[in-house]
Amino acid sequence: MDKMPKWADVILTPLISLVLAMAISALVILAIGESPVMAMKTMVEGALGSSYGWGFTLYYATNFIFTGLAVMVAYHASLFNIGGEGQAAMGGLGVALVLLYLPLPHWAIALPVAMIGAAAFGAAWAFIPAYLQAKRGSHIVITTIMFNFIAAAALNYVLVNKLRPVGSMDPASARFPESTHLPALTDIFAGLGMEWGKNTPVNVTFLIAVLACLLVWLLIWRTKLGYEIRVLGKSEPGAVYAGISPVKITVIAMLISGGLAGLMAINNVMGESERLVLNAVEGAGFIGIAVALMGRNHPFGILLAALLFGFLYQGGGELALWTSIPRELIVVIQALVILFTGALDNMVRMPLERLFLSMRRTNGGAK
Amino acid sequence: MKLKDSLIALIVLAICLIWAFVDGNAASQGIGSAMRLMTPLLLACLAGLYSERAGVFDIGLEGKMLMAAFSAASVAYLTGSAWLGLLAGIGGSLALSLVHGLASITFRGNQLIAGVAINFLASGLTVLVGQNAFGLGGRTPALTGAGRFQPINLPFAETLRDVPVIGPIYSGLISGNTILVYVALLMVPVTWWVLFRTRFGLRLRAVGENPASVDTAGVSVTRLRYAAVAICGILCGIAGAYLATGLSAGFVKEMTAGRGFIALAALIFAKWRPWQALFATFLFGLLEAIANLYPNLDLGIITIPSMFMNALPYILTVIILAGFVGRAVPPRAGGEPYVKER
Repeated sequence: MDKMPKWADVILTPLISLVLAMAISALVILAIGESPVMAMKTMVEGALGSSYGWGFTLYYATNFIFTGLAVMVAYHASLFNIGGEGQAAMGGLGVALVLLYLPLPHWAIALPVAMIGAAAFGAAWAFIPAYLQAKRGSHIVITTIMFNFIAAAALNYVLVNKLRPVGSMDPASARFPESTHLPALTDIFAGLGMEWGKNTPVNVTFLIAVLACLLVWLLIWRTKLGYEIRVLGKSEPGAVYAGISPVKITVIAMLISGGLAGLMAINNVMGESERLVLNAVEGAGFIGIAVALMGRNHPFGILLAALLFGFLYQGGGELALWTSIPRELIVVIQALVILFTGALDNMVRMPLERLFLSMRRTNGGAK
Repeated sequence: MKLKDSLIALIVLAICLIWAFVDGNAASQGIGSAMRLMTPLLLACLAGLYSERAGVFDIGLEGKMLMAAFSAASVAYLTGSAWLGLLAGIGGSLALSLVHGLASITFRGNQLIAGVAINFLASGLTVLVGQNAFGLGGRTPALTGAGRFQPINLPFAETLRDVPVIGPIYSGLISGNTILVYVALLMVPVTWWVLFRTRFGLRLRAVGENPASVDTAGVSVTRLRYAAVAICGILCGIAGAYLATGLSAGFVKEMTAGRGFIALAALIFAKWRPWQALFATFLFGLLEAIANLYPNLDLGIITIPSMFMNALPYILTVIILAGFVGRAVPPRAGGEPYVKER
């Protein structure tokens, strides 16, 4: 018998963790002599008060959905993929190569091709750590951290020495051809005769990200592969006994994970900057960890958590603009969310479980 | 077995000798620089050694160092004393160690996730508080005079300078470093002695391999692990203080720049052993020094870009982890919270 009802586990524990993280952040704001209420108001107004704010919030959320799903898929195979940052950076390289060197006449053709490029490069970057984990038992957390740094160095090299246009000082690739630019959501709304989110970077990728949530849900809970991933995650001997190859499933789960992280590049590289710049991922790979933990490793939870972090990200930017609180505040909030939902999970959970147990006893329920 | 263990030392020696042969002046300059770059790596690596030998994985070395660097620089600036800065640095790092201990020992949470959280906590808090206190975009004001650890000239350094071979080594490398460099070097034999020649060390290693046996012997697993995590915090504190008040003159946003992870790489490279940690961190310090001196290293046949040199510690670690060149096996109970049987 479970110690507490499912709704409490799924909704209450992440909410309490969030409240704790927010409370400590409020204390930090107080400690540096600012008003937490004012800060919250600025963030809400800046991120959700206008369609402009929403445009950015959704744009950031799109990144975090992909990286959150990436962490989640690996997590279900009980692999901690901390390498989303490097995989997303490599995905960006895939997108850039496809768009710069293939003649693609229209964005509707460019999009699927670029998606393949992004996913393939992201997956390839996850392959070596996955293979080493599966075959040689090298700890995937360490190898994926190392691969983040190797990806950063490789990208730095490629951008400075190979992709940089002649005569440019900026370590960035040339602009992608005009024909491959993705339509922004604001254009779609304009087409429908509505004015929404002018000059915001949110684009059709957001819809793809929402679709990806659905597909990942189907994959994990409605397919044989998803079942095998979950079995491996619960117990490796169990998986072997059921005739599931741990090596195969480990590698496949990580390829999917890396591919999802790579797909983020459709949003930030193809959709927003329309060229490959240095450090394009900007930490979104790591935020994916917080998003997956907060979202309880469920696609719907991840969608909500990604929206929350999109709000924090955009709100944090506004905060830095209008107050003296630097945008690093959101890094602190992000750290606290990871701490409470991931590492101090038991601290939140144990008192709750005790509470529910005692409630059940007083209500006279048998056992 | 003996030869294999001293492989890193031999490689390091070979690089130094070849370099000294090709260009003596640049080599003595570069090797001196490697010593200084090695120091924070070595301290953080030994910090991780204590923690991981006791069964607590720590990917939060980076964050602890960063926090220490910031606290050290701030206090050193405010008081004008590098020593008070060092104390503050250790305090800042210990505070994060306490969080790590709470999460991974008391509440039996995921040690890796706790480490990730600590890295972000340090990265955000240092800028948040720094911007508020000094208004320089996360930097601290430049430290001068007693606010920094100054180089110490050992006796006879000047008189021996012109003696061939010994002169440059003694006065160029051994003498003229800040005290924290010597502290770091001293920590290597101390760590070896503590871990392999004391009762505390035996228990600490046992708690990382088989905590149940330690528990059965009536020794507290919790207390031992907290002690290890605290030592880790102190060493990371010294490492961070050295970064901000020895190697450079003040704190800069994200100044650890991945050193915590290089230290982690060195720890794996050294297979969780103190002397090998010295050689591994020196090798990585040397790579950084070479990358700084020669942005594009021209070896005649091929030119190696500095990005490759910077990524080399990570690449080497992956190769070591893959087990193709000597297998690195972590402490067996590492990463597992200990649950006492009820």
